[in-house]
Amino acid sequence: MPGSQPLVRAETVHKRFGLLPVLKGITMEVERGEVMVIIGPSGSGKSTFLRCINHLEKIDAGRIWVDGVLVGYREANGRIHELREREVAARRAEIGMVFQRFNLFPHMTALENVTSAPVWVKGMRRDEAGALARELLETVGLGDKLRAYPSQLSGGQQQRVAIARALAMDPKLMLFDEPTSALDPELVGDVLDVMKDLARQGMTMVVVTHEMGFAREVGDKLAFMDGGVVVEHGPPRDVLGAPRHERTRSFLSKVL
Amino acid sequence: MGVAASDGKAEPVPDVVKAIPVRHPWRWVSAVTVALVAAWILKGMLGVVDPSTIRRYQLNGLIMKGLLLTVEISVLAQVIGIVLGVILAVMRLSKNPVTSTSAWIYIWLFRGTPVLVQLLFWFAAVPLAFKTFSIGIPFTNVIFYEEPMAQFMTPFVVALLGLGLNEGAYMAEIVRAGILSVDDGQVEAAQALGMTPVLTMRRIVLPQAMRVIIPPTGNEFISMLKTSSLASVVLLEELLRNAQGIYQTNLKNLELLIVASIWYLVLTTVASVGQYYLERRFARGAARELPQTPVQRLRRNLTFRRRAQVEE
Repeated sequence: MPGSQPLVRAETVHKRFGLLPVLKGITMEVERGEVMVIIGPSGSGKSTFLRCINHLEKIDAGRIWVDGVLVGYREANGRIHELREREVAARRAEIGMVFQRFNLFPHMTALENVTSAPVWVKGMRRDEAGALARELLETVGLGDKLRAYPSQLSGGQQQRVAIARALAMDPKLMLFDEPTSALDPELVGDVLDVMKDLARQGMTMVVVTHEMGFAREVGDKLAFMDGGVVVEHGPPRDVLGAPRHERTRSFLSKVL
Repeated sequence: MGVAASDGKAEPVPDVVKAIPVRHPWRWVSAVTVALVAAWILKGMLGVVDPSTIRRYQLNGLIMKGLLLTVEISVLAQVIGIVLGVILAVMRLSKNPVTSTSAWIYIWLFRGTPVLVQLLFWFAAVPLAFKTFSIGIPFTNVIFYEEPMAQFMTPFVVALLGLGLNEGAYMAEIVRAGILSVDDGQVEAAQALGMTPVLTMRRIVLPQAMRVIIPPTGNEFISMLKTSSLASVVLLEELLRNAQGIYQTNLKNLELLIVASIWYLVLTTVASVGQYYLERRFARGAARELPQTPVQRLRRNLTFRRRAQVEE
């Protein structure tokens, strides 16, 4: 029954790129309204795991459920069936994603970037989508940049447009893939502020990041990944303050 | 020497650099050489070509008719080529092996044989191989429309098929390169928003691919304007064939070839100007600010000068 179970449930997820195993059995649960922060060295599989949650990557073994529904597949008569592209797309529409390199559509203005998916995917009326987009861009502090093209915006502004674009689909889950890693240090704060507001409003979020301050302040749970497994997880204060594993300790000593 | 800090204030401008420019004597030498060669060629031509004949035939009715047909056939064949090119390019990139292989074979065949041969083939072989042209339900006797293939294959249809189908193969490669030039992140972002592959291709990938597709397509069209003259061999009465028709009776072949060449130059020049503005339109979002067009620049200079005069 949806509602009583965690919003995201991953069970022993495995993923290989060719012969290279990237995920070696990830099990994780994210409750509704919770912020799960995933940290770890590059190549630890944290971004790949995030991309598995909305089926941008296919998993080789294990299961992922979002809101009680299997991701990318359908289970019938004890067998797993691949979903059609259209069905996968419909499920992705309920999950927002923010990328490290923003990936705004460069041929559209900020406003068009935000209105595109509600109009084309949900069939929302254009004026209705426009009003929604204006409101969202206002809340991320870009009410005066509606007509700007991405190339006319700073990295921090682009990332905030990208967040507004994802929110326009009214997602039940937001995935953040190192949202501040490509930003100049002085622009990171604006993006983190938007994310903090979002968390405060009760959005369920999975955030892959290197921002330990953000993890400590906003995260409800923290998972440290290395070599394709979750090495250690728990409340951010505990994991960051008193890591139990040697690998966590050596990683933290390098980034803190 | 250390760094001079100015407390955030701009430094006053020091002595302006006023250098004596480098002299370029060889530019003058080359200019004179080129002028001499040009004069020599022109003098030679004037000996054999009668300018008054050129002037007389430049706006001749038959020439104008041929010109119109040249434009028509080029535009239509290019449109067929573009539509076919987009379809073939998407087919080539498809995950379905039957689809991508068929596209590959088509491109291999039509790009690998001369257009002239293809034109002659449509002209001669098709009416022989397929006696009638009919629209109906295959393998049944239900037929909505039928006529002899020889009658259906008019010079216009032959030229259109020959030039258009050939162009499709070239356009396919251009469109494919354009599609591949779009960052993977764009497709991922579109997918993450719940867009289907078809929607992603139409709304996100193709509009961005346009920036890469347009310049070579402009070249293709300019080349098509000239290649359309090959259709004269399948009896299409376009510009070159009509010029030939005239000089076969009055024997002024050089003059009429020049008349046709002048029109081809006019067409290709107009096409290049169109290409320039089309490229500008699709550069939206790529450049921070579009560069001014020559017309805009001219207008700005004129108003600037006028204002300067008023101020004096």
